[in-house]
Amino acid sequence: MLGVKWPISFIAVSDPVVRLRGVVSLIGRFPALAGTDLVVEQGEVVLLQGPNGAGKSTLLRLCAGMAPIHTGHGEAFGFDLTTRAGQREVRRRVGLLGHATSLYDDLTVEENVRFWSSAAAIGRGRDGTSSSGGASGSDAARADEAMTRLGVGERLRSVKVARLSAGQRRRAAIAVVVARRPLLWLLDEPHAGLDADGRDLIDELVRQAAEQGATAIVASHELDRVDALATRVLSVVGGQVSA
Amino acid sequence: MIRHAKLIAAKDLRIEVSAKVLTAQILPFGLLVLVLFGFGIPPDRRVLGTDDEASRSLLEQASPGLFWLAILFSALLAINRSFAIESVDGNLDALRLAGFDPAGVFLGKSLAVASELVVLEVIVGIGAFLLYGPPLGDPLLLGSTVLLTTGAMAFAGTLYGALGAGSRLRDTLVPLLVLPVLAPVLLAATRATESSLFEGSSSGWGWVGFLGAFCLLYLGAGILSFGSLLEET
Repeated sequence: MLGVKWPISFIAVSDPVVRLRGVVSLIGRFPALAGTDLVVEQGEVVLLQGPNGAGKSTLLRLCAGMAPIHTGHGEAFGFDLTTRAGQREVRRRVGLLGHATSLYDDLTVEENVRFWSSAAAIGRGRDGTSSSGGASGSDAARADEAMTRLGVGERLRSVKVARLSAGQRRRAAIAVVVARRPLLWLLDEPHAGLDADGRDLIDELVRQAAEQGATAIVASHELDRVDALATRVLSVVGGQVSA
Repeated sequence: MIRHAKLIAAKDLRIEVSAKVLTAQILPFGLLVLVLFGFGIPPDRRVLGTDDEASRSLLEQASPGLFWLAILFSALLAINRSFAIESVDGNLDALRLAGFDPAGVFLGKSLAVASELVVLEVIVGIGAFLLYGPPLGDPLLLGSTVLLTTGAMAFAGTLYGALGAGSRLRDTLVPLLVLPVLAPVLLAATRATESSLFEGSSSGWGWVGFLGAFCLLYLGAGILSFGSLLEET
């Protein structure tokens, strides 16, 4: 069922996927990250744990090129996260599942997944860098495959997102991430709102992605569940990361 | 950029068709404004001036301005709506993350707003002809005026709509930003339309030229600055 090959052709295997040194990131005047150091190697599944407000979500957004670095140095896939150009390059290679689902209420599940799948494909293809390897079929096929993997059946695909339950909405959001085929999975509380099957499915997706060369950083309070998946567990407290 | 623009425009229009906000809310609003203007100006009131003008009712004489005011107010709703759909549930973040060319997002959103405005202009325009009774005049000048005013409203509206997109005060902020900017467009569109309806095309083309320059200015500004705007909102 989960037989998709993850593209790893343009990662330099010897370089860390993420490298942060003394990173400070402010939200307003509040330092969400206060001198954070982090190195994540390719193929790792890193679990971030810590209390609410510790900086886990900001750290994930920063790794996605979506949060600013005010002091310190950060790079992902060798691209400088302190520059806008570097952030743009990083964004094309990551899949970020945050608290928001980023779905349009007035479109169906299928329309949403196809739209974001097409967007990701165009974004990746702008400079000819294709992480889909060209052999994985069209955007529509990629979207269909992602929905199938997430157990989004034919009936659910034609339902407007506004009519979905919270769990179904979450599944659709995860399908969007899967359809992007990211090289770096950044998952913020991925199990939230899912039933037991959905939680198992998330674990399986992360495991498969890591086996095929992708990297994952997962922030979760479900320690028992993610602990079994993680190659490393890090604690985030007061905007600082420790082992 | 063009592929991104097509994808964004198709998505926005699909959402509008699905949500029916244009047909169920914006269009009736435009027609309502048109009717209310008619209540405010008695149809038997005559224009003081030359013999030609005196033969027209005040409502007929004012019809170009009233039509464009109705379109402008309706356009504010369409512009607000265009960014309201991105401001919920992290969609603006997702657009940034997806690696869209910002210029493509600007063009796509402008194209979708312009398409909605064209539908509005046709239907509200028919309403204006029926209610206010102006002559058809010079169709070429009228068509050019409508086309360029639509572009001007869509480009400037999309640019300033993005400024207010991330704000919790978006609903009230966007009209405050957009109305002063579009005031010269309203003036030029009204003058050009008056010229096409009542005077022949002699003086109207100058105003059409102004509308074209305004379009180009905001098209260029949007393409160049939309990336920064998207990042900051």
